[in-house]
Amino acid sequence: MALRVGCAAPPGRAHDNKTGSWRVFKPVFKYEKCVKCGLCEVVCPEGCVYEREDGFYVADYDYCKGCGLCVEECPVDDIEMVQEEK
Amino acid sequence: MMEILEGSHAVAEAVKRCRPEVIAAYPITPQTHIVEALASMVADCELDADYICVESEFSALSACLGASAAGSRVYSATTSQGLALMFEVCFNVAGMRQPVVMTIANRAMGAPLNIWNDQQDSISLRDAGWMQFYAEDNQEANDLHYIAYKVAEDHDVLLPAMVCFDGFILTHTYEPVDIPTLEEVDAFLPPYKPVNILDAKNPMSLGMYATPDYYMEFRYEVEEAMKRARKVFADVGAEFGETFGRDYSGLVEGYRLEDAEIALVAMGSICGTVKDAIDEMREEGKKVGLLKIRSFRPFPSEEIKAALAGVSKVAVLDKNISLGQKGAVALEVKDALYGTGTEVLDYIVALGGRDIRKRDIRAVADLAEKGIGDQFYGLRTEVL
Ligand code: SF4
Ligand code: SF4
Repeated sequence: MALRVGCAAPPGRAHDNKTGSWRVFKPVFKYEKCVKCGLCEVVCPEGCVYEREDGFYVADYDYCKGCGLCVEECPVDDIEMVQEEK
Repeated sequence: MMEILEGSHAVAEAVKRCRPEVIAAYPITPQTHIVEALASMVADCELDADYICVESEFSALSACLGASAAGSRVYSATTSQGLALMFEVCFNVAGMRQPVVMTIANRAMGAPLNIWNDQQDSISLRDAGWMQFYAEDNQEANDLHYIAYKVAEDHDVLLPAMVCFDGFILTHTYEPVDIPTLEEVDAFLPPYKPVNILDAKNPMSLGMYATPDYYMEFRYEVEEAMKRARKVFADVGAEFGETFGRDYSGLVEGYRLEDAEIALVAMGSICGTVKDAIDEMREEGKKVGLLKIRSFRPFPSEEIKAALAGVSKVAVLDKNISLGQKGAVALEVKDALYGTGTEVLDYIVALGGRDIRKRDIRAVADLAEKGIGDQFYGLRTEVL
């Protein structure tokens, strides 16, 4: 993407703004104790947790900010925060 | 037409001829007369512009930023603490690449409160991404506004510009000034053609947030634009010379430098006094010259290196100090001359309106000859 003079951007560009390189921790879904309650999808402020075909949930790391809310709220502690490897 | 004008009014006349569409300013001494005159021009329908009365300098520059983003040519003026109040917006204007032109009537920074001249205010904003041009006299203050708009609005540059001239010394002094006609200025300075406009029919955001993956590249783009501005200024200054007979192609200007052994370096109104002092010293056989810096941002390092090639000692007269280090101009001149072996000595002079006369300039040249420098010159030790 070429930069536009003056940090100018057309509407809708928020969807293009992937998290990029700054996330330090990311949630990893373990699928060991998951009860498929869907709470992680509900609490994610980025709306980036979605349900897979098998009913389990997964985060889209392109948009996940690593805020850790899903980890905090999961009732069975089935999500773990792990440090990003860069 | 040649007129006898107060410096502030010469600037107001210049701004009027640049046809800004929006003016937003807050009055502050010694800038007041400029915006007072412009307000009268707008009220008397001599100038077709919106004059926005604001409650502070922060709002003044914010209004200018918004109006500029909407595609208007805009203008503001300020000084000292007023400029400090604009600090945050200054960075935004430059980052959003809006070619705002603002006059700085240079004044000392408080505390202690002082309304007189030095250049600490604009120097303190040297890193904001604004171009900074310094005028020696009222004619130059007038002319630099036409040039500033043309350079700022050039699509290779698109950066804001400060035209700096010394408070009271120039703002409140009457001098003959050759004011071009509106038609002449129209021919020189075409209407502003913005690149990005805030327009409800074609929506767009300006000044977006940029993550670590993008921020550095935006800063780099500003730096590259600043580098390109050096050539654009030289070209526009030369074009101004062809049109109006006063050449501003130089980002620096030499005075009796050809065979000089000692060079004084200065910016702004002090250069007039320095030139007179040099004439006196030359009559006594001293090989002294002056290098006047007209553009502090972009900083003309190459030009300075070329102009001071034959000089063994350089004495910089700084009307500012980067506390804990030295005068800002001296530091930059030192950087420009790094590796050449030329000795650069710094003198902090005339802070807060302290008088500086020909005999002081001569004394500084004497000190430089002896290699004594990097000091405040003219301190009243009895009050310390
Ligand atoms: S860490 Fe935050 S942003 Fe990432 S998936 Fe969990 S709730 Fe969503
Ligand atoms: S919150 Fe935990 S238990 Fe509930 S669906 Fe998400 S991962 Fe499974």
